[in-house]
Amino acid sequence: MNISKPKLAVFKFASCDGCQLTLLNCEDALLSIAGEIEIAHFLEASSAVQAGPYDLTLVEGSITTPQDAERIQEIRKQSKKLISIGACATAGGIQALRNFKNVDDFISVVYAHPDYIDTLDTSTAISEHVRVDFELRGCPIDQAQLIELITALLQSRKPNIPTHSLCMDCKQRGMVCVMVSQGTACLGPVTHAGCGVLCPACNRGCYGCFGPMETPNTASLRTSWEKLGIATKTIDQAFCGINANAPAFRKEHDASGK
Amino acid sequence: MHQENEDRSFKVEALARVEGEGGLTVKMKDGKVADVQLRIFEPPRFFEAFLRDRQFTEAPDITARICGICPVAYQMSASHAMEDACGVTVGGALRDLRRMLYCGEWIESHTLHVYMLHAPDFLGYDSGIHMAKDFPDIVERGLRLKKIGNTLMTLLGGRSVHPVNVRLGGFYRVPTRSEMAALKPDLEWAREAALQTVQWVAGFEFPDFEQDYTFVSLRHASEYPINEGRIVSNKGLDIAISEYEQHFAEEHVAHSTALHSRLDGNKLYFVGPMARYNLNFDRLPDAVQKAAEAAGLRQQCRNPFQGIIIRSLEILYACEESLRIIDNYKPPKLPSVAVPPKDAIGYGCTEAPRGLLYHRYRIEGNGKIREAKIVPPTSQNQRIIEDDLSRLIPKIIDFPQDKLKHRCEQAIRNYDPCISCSTHFLDLKIEEAD
Repeated sequence: MNISKPKLAVFKFASCDGCQLTLLNCEDALLSIAGEIEIAHFLEASSAVQAGPYDLTLVEGSITTPQDAERIQEIRKQSKKLISIGACATAGGIQALRNFKNVDDFISVVYAHPDYIDTLDTSTAISEHVRVDFELRGCPIDQAQLIELITALLQSRKPNIPTHSLCMDCKQRGMVCVMVSQGTACLGPVTHAGCGVLCPACNRGCYGCFGPMETPNTASLRTSWEKLGIATKTIDQAFCGINANAPAFRKEHDASGK
Repeated sequence: MHQENEDRSFKVEALARVEGEGGLTVKMKDGKVADVQLRIFEPPRFFEAFLRDRQFTEAPDITARICGICPVAYQMSASHAMEDACGVTVGGALRDLRRMLYCGEWIESHTLHVYMLHAPDFLGYDSGIHMAKDFPDIVERGLRLKKIGNTLMTLLGGRSVHPVNVRLGGFYRVPTRSEMAALKPDLEWAREAALQTVQWVAGFEFPDFEQDYTFVSLRHASEYPINEGRIVSNKGLDIAISEYEQHFAEEHVAHSTALHSRLDGNKLYFVGPMARYNLNFDRLPDAVQKAAEAAGLRQQCRNPFQGIIIRSLEILYACEESLRIIDNYKPPKLPSVAVPPKDAIGYGCTEAPRGLLYHRYRIEGNGKIREAKIVPPTSQNQRIIEDDLSRLIPKIIDFPQDKLKHRCEQAIRNYDPCISCSTHFLDLKIEEAD
C-alpha cells in the first residue's frame, strides 16, 4: 500500500452538481486518477469519508448561507491547495442574479414559509471568503482542463490553462465568425477560453458561460452589438447571466443604469 | 456521525452517493418509528424568482442549471412549455432528435446511478471506484456505457453537462446522417452491455419490500413516454399536462428546502423509472420486455429495491430507441421551427431520469417571462421516501446500527434522489422523540 498518495477532497456549496459530474465523467481517466490519489472526501461518489487535512481540495458552488460562509473557512484550514471549480464557485453562478434584486421578494415567490429559509442576500464566489489557489472557469468546467489542472498540481508545475478570449480559440480553429458573417450576437470576444468553442460550432453566439477573460473590453463589444441593432436591455441581460457577478460583467450591466 | 440510544433513534448527517446535499433524521419512541424526515439542506437558489423578466428563449439555458445530472430534462420541459404557450408543435426529425438527446441523458444518468451509486450498496462497497478493485471489468463496462450516453449528448447537444445546442423550436445545428451513423457501433456495443447490466443486477439480493404504491408517469399513445403524453396513475388518474396543478399541490415543510408534493388532497405518489415501467410496460419493445422477463420481473413491480433492474432496462430501451432513430434519420431542412411569442400560459411535462418534471410559464407578447413554476421529480418523491423508511425501519430495527443506517441509505438511493434539483432535498439522523 502506497502511504504517500495525495489526498483529494471535493466539497459542494450552492450548485447543480454538474462540475463534480465532470470529474465523474472523465470515464477514461477516472480509474487512473483514482490510482494516483486517495479520494478522501467526495460525497457524491463515495460513502468513505476521511477527515482532513487534504492535499488538494476542489470546491464547487457559491456561498449563499451563513452556515456555508463558516464551512468554507474550516475547509480552507484543512486544505493545502484549494481550487474553486465552475461559474458558481468562481463568480457566484446563475443564483447570483439575486444580488441585483431583493432576496426577500425572491423567497416569497418560491416558498410559502419564508421564515423556514435561512439565506444570505447574495451569492458570492469562494475567493470572496477565503484564499483560493486556482480558479477553474466554466458552467460547467471543461473535462480536459480539469485533468490538466489535477495533473499539474500533482506534478507541482504551473497548469497550462490559457486566459485569452474564446474569440482567439475560434480564430485559431479557422472558424467562420458568427457575428461578422451572420450578425449573430456573440460574447466570444470578452469570454474566457476553455469550452472548445462549442456555441459558434453550433452556429450560435457564445453566451458567456466561462465568464470574463483577462482584461475584457466589454464596452467595445457593447458598441458592436448596438451596431447589430440589439436593444440595450438585451445587451444588459447578456452580461447579467451565468457570470452576472463576475466583476467585469457586473460592471458592464451595472453601467447602463439598471 | 450518528448516535445510538435505547430508543434507537438515529441521524445520518450527510448522505453519500446522492446528487446534492441532504440528510435523514429518524425519531423513535417506545420502539416505534415516531417520525422520519428526509432533510434537504441544499441551499435555495430561487430559479422561479429570477426567471421573471428574462426572455422566454432563455428558459432552456437557465433551467438547465438547476441540475448538472439531468439538464436535458429541464431543457425539454422548458422548451415544450414555451412552445405550448406559443401554439407551436415540433415534429418529424427534430422531434426524434430531441427524443434521442433525452435517451443519451437516460443512459448517462441511469448508468451513473446503477454502477457508481447504487450497485455498491448491494455488493458492500463504499463507491464504484472502490468496487473497481474487485470487479474491474464490470466497472469498466459501466464507465464505457456511461461515456456512450455522454457521446450521444455531445453530438446532439454540443456537450453533455448543460448542452448548448438546444433552443425553442429545435436546435441550433442538426447532425448529418454520417455523424449519426458513426454512433451506431458504440450504441450496438451499449445495447449488449445494457443487456448484461440487466442480467448482472437481476442477480443481486433484494429485501422483501413490496408496497401498494400510487405510480404516476406520462403515458403516450404509442411510445414509451419521454417528452409527451398524458399524466396517468395506476389508481385512475388520467389528465392532460395542463391539468397538473388541479391535482398536485406543493407544501413547504420546515425540515427541507425542497417542497413536498401531494396528489388529490393528501395522497402519496411515486414517480420515476418504476412508475414509468408499471404504467407503460406494453409500450416497451419486445427485446426489452423479454429482457425484463428473463430478469424475473413481471409487468408490475412494486419493490423499490428492484428499481436498479428497471433503470438498467431503461438503459437498454434508450439504446434500442436511439438505434431506431439513427436508422430512420433524414436531416430536417431547418434546425428549428420559429416560435413567435404570445401572451399566454404554457405547460410542459417530460420524463426526467428520476421521473416527472413539470414546468409552467406565463409569458407576454414581447417574450418576457411573467411567472414560472417548476416541480422536479425528487421533491415529488420526498414523501414516498419518508413513507418507505417508516415502513422499512420496524422490519430491520434489530439490525446492528451501521447495518440499519446502511439499509436506510440504500432505500433512499432506490429513488436516485437528485437533491440539487429538488431544492426547493438529504443527511440521516435518528433521534429520540420528545
